[in-house]
Amino acid sequence: MLNKLFSFNGGVTPAYEKTRSAEGPILPVPLPAELVIPLHQHVGGPPRPVVQAGDRVTKGQRIGKADGNASATVHASTSGLVSAVEMRRMPHSSGLSALSVIIKPDGLDAWGTAKPLDLHTASPTEIRDHLMQMGVVGLGGAVFPTHLKIVPGQPKALETLVINGAECEPFITCDDLLMRQRADTVIAGVALMCQIMKPDRTLIGIEDNKPEAIRAMQQAIEAQHDKRLEVVSVPTRYPAGGAKQLIRVLTGIEVPHGERSTDYGVQCFNVGTAVAVHDAIKLGRPLVSRIVTVSGNVRRGGNYDVLIGTPMRDVVALSEAHADTNRYIMGGPMMGVVMPGMEVPVVKATNCILVGSPKMFPPPPPEMPCIRCGECAIACPADLQPFELYWFSRAKIFGKAQEYHLFDCIECGCCAYVCPSHIPLVDYYRFAKSEIWAREHEKEAADHARERYEFRQYREEREKEEKAARLAAKTAAGREKATAALAVAEQPDGSNNTAEKDAKKALIAAALARAKQQQEQAAAINTAAALSAEQQAEIAAIEARRAEIREVAKPHLPPDN
Amino acid sequence: MLATKSNNSPFVLKPASVRSVMVRVLLALIPGVVAYVWLFGPAILVQIALASLTALAAEAIALHLRRKPVWLFISDGSALVTAWLIALSFPPIAPWWLVVLGTLFAIVVAKHLYGGLGQNPFNPAMVAFALMIVAYPLAMSQWPAPGGDFSQHLNAIFGHRQVDAMTMATPLDALRTALHSGATPAADSTNAWLWISLGYALGGLYLLQQRLITWHLPVAFLATLGLIASIACYADPVRFGSPVFHLFSGGAVLGAFFIITDPVSGCTTPRGKLIFATLAALLVWIIRTFGAYPDGVAFAVLLMNIAAPLIDMYTQPPVFGHKGKRTGGLS
Repeated sequence: MLNKLFSFNGGVTPAYEKTRSAEGPILPVPLPAELVIPLHQHVGGPPRPVVQAGDRVTKGQRIGKADGNASATVHASTSGLVSAVEMRRMPHSSGLSALSVIIKPDGLDAWGTAKPLDLHTASPTEIRDHLMQMGVVGLGGAVFPTHLKIVPGQPKALETLVINGAECEPFITCDDLLMRQRADTVIAGVALMCQIMKPDRTLIGIEDNKPEAIRAMQQAIEAQHDKRLEVVSVPTRYPAGGAKQLIRVLTGIEVPHGERSTDYGVQCFNVGTAVAVHDAIKLGRPLVSRIVTVSGNVRRGGNYDVLIGTPMRDVVALSEAHADTNRYIMGGPMMGVVMPGMEVPVVKATNCILVGSPKMFPPPPPEMPCIRCGECAIACPADLQPFELYWFSRAKIFGKAQEYHLFDCIECGCCAYVCPSHIPLVDYYRFAKSEIWAREHEKEAADHARERYEFRQYREEREKEEKAARLAAKTAAGREKATAALAVAEQPDGSNNTAEKDAKKALIAAALARAKQQQEQAAAINTAAALSAEQQAEIAAIEARRAEIREVAKPHLPPDN
Repeated sequence: MLATKSNNSPFVLKPASVRSVMVRVLLALIPGVVAYVWLFGPAILVQIALASLTALAAEAIALHLRRKPVWLFISDGSALVTAWLIALSFPPIAPWWLVVLGTLFAIVVAKHLYGGLGQNPFNPAMVAFALMIVAYPLAMSQWPAPGGDFSQHLNAIFGHRQVDAMTMATPLDALRTALHSGATPAADSTNAWLWISLGYALGGLYLLQQRLITWHLPVAFLATLGLIASIACYADPVRFGSPVFHLFSGGAVLGAFFIITDPVSGCTTPRGKLIFATLAALLVWIIRTFGAYPDGVAFAVLLMNIAAPLIDMYTQPPVFGHKGKRTGGLS
């Protein structure tokens, strides 16, 4: 390896347990009885439904329209009948529901028309738009819309394109298997990314505990004679697969919290995303499935090619969960989230369904006081002082917690993993973060209210002044008129008088007619009759979306999404 | 504690516990204890037993009164570590009530009145030492000569009268006397303490190997003490003790590896640890040389305990992506 590798501080080496699921091929999953496809599966605005109950859909047909640029399109994962568009429970620890499209598969699994994109003729905007239309999002778990990261023709040149095949979380092997068994597609996808973004170099980082994946990827590169790509074996240490940590290891660059890696000449994509990009551009197929690892408390772990929207229970059934299974965890044991139920659907973010039992993942021993031993500080890959953050969070001294860089915490769980006092440290940080967000929202709301109040006061003041001015002007004008009338009256000839009266009457009548007309027009605009059916549907959709967002946002505070 | 029962990631934990930390600290003390027994007889074991029993009893009562789970906390081993450190820093032939009183004060006042495990701003063992040497300076200065008769020692511990014949001045006391009379310190006793110090150092290396402590504190502490002593001794060998003498007598090595490394009452940032240890060593030398008490480790540590939060605040290490930028508690 010619590349000089860097290292990040901290990290841990938990039991990897990868062999539980890394054997055997990637298996298909039979079509379930129904697919529950949530419309909001990515970071960014929730898409709006464009189908309704009773519609027939083909595989890959658009069912959710991206709302604005920072959003992604959602597609039907198979052909069939839309049985409902309704609120369903999400694969999220909160157990909240969100608007989902329910599809009864017709068993044909028939694709609609494919829309490949010719990169040679497409403009940068067309490429981005195409990826958005194909619903491509980051498949490493963050589900950030890919078209926002693939920026062709940037003013600042992209020095390094980092492809993330590190997969550092224990148990998870979906990227490993993807690289082993579909290396050609991965490399083709990476090559397309290179073509779009034109980086100086492209580094594919893979942890050295995946020698087969490294070999397969190297062979794929050799087969395609692509000199631009290079596979780099990185030391196995959690969280080496964190984007910032991998960028650090491969390039030595540290991207601070809240800044974009492109500003440092680096961009990072997951290997799964590369395949999605390939499928979207070469095959013209949207993102309707992904590889999902099933592992943990099951008879035989494995990886499955799962249609988005398949209930998790259906996937796990193939691996045969043991009887004492008590929960599903989406993701790995370090950062995964407990599912509110077993019927929740597989979404674009689902890299792993970790099947848990009280024996496999026992509840933590009782929490002891912090003895400031500093193990957490040694383990923290963000170079934080976790125990200080803990003290401040616990004491609700949130200002201090922020000063000690609470928001640089990536919630990787290393600190809680090593803590000899078994303190759920990450919970404390989540708590502190949400409190801070809630307070900021409150403050914002208060600021708005104050601004509105001040503006109203200003407006009332202004109106009063204007009224006074008008009144003064009117009085002045009236006085003038009176003077003029007096002058007319003083005239000896009275014939003028009647003509003037007639003219005045006509003027008043005209003004009345105008006013009436205006009133009628205003009424017409506000009645539904004047709206097109499309506009009406749009208004209804907006109302529905608002209601949904209100419901979702009420107990939960989605801060930076 | 958080109201919610943790049902969140991470779902796997490293097999580590406060108990395993404390047990390894106790293990690390064993080489020093063995050397102690070998050179001064088994009296020290009696003191360790007295201190341990007192500590456990006091801890249990305090936990019960504070309505804390008694077994959970008493089995963490932290009270035993305090007890052993008290026993090892007190004279081995001190009367029994001295170590019992000291331990009681350490556990009840210095630890539990401040909130128990993890909450004490001062090192409990050093609080005990400081209190006792101020309250009972005579009893705290009765050090045996190497060797010695165990039955005599037992008599000193549990008897009613002090056995003056068998006590001798510690090297540090001898130094103080020497400063006035011009006599050389007792070589015999210095050698014994050198061996015990080496025992502590061996345990300290084990703590380093186990990553329970980092190099910063012991290295900075011993290097500073050695350096100041060297400079002073070079300037005036008659007035000031030699560096070997300073390093290997009294509580210097025990302090370097076991006392100033207490993370609860000390500094935790790498730079903070260096500052803490350097200033502590400076204070030790000053108190030993110019102060009213023979050993200065306890007072030096307590004084530095007060400064630890401030030092930590000003020495926060740079965060990922913020290297080279100013960070930490300075706003």
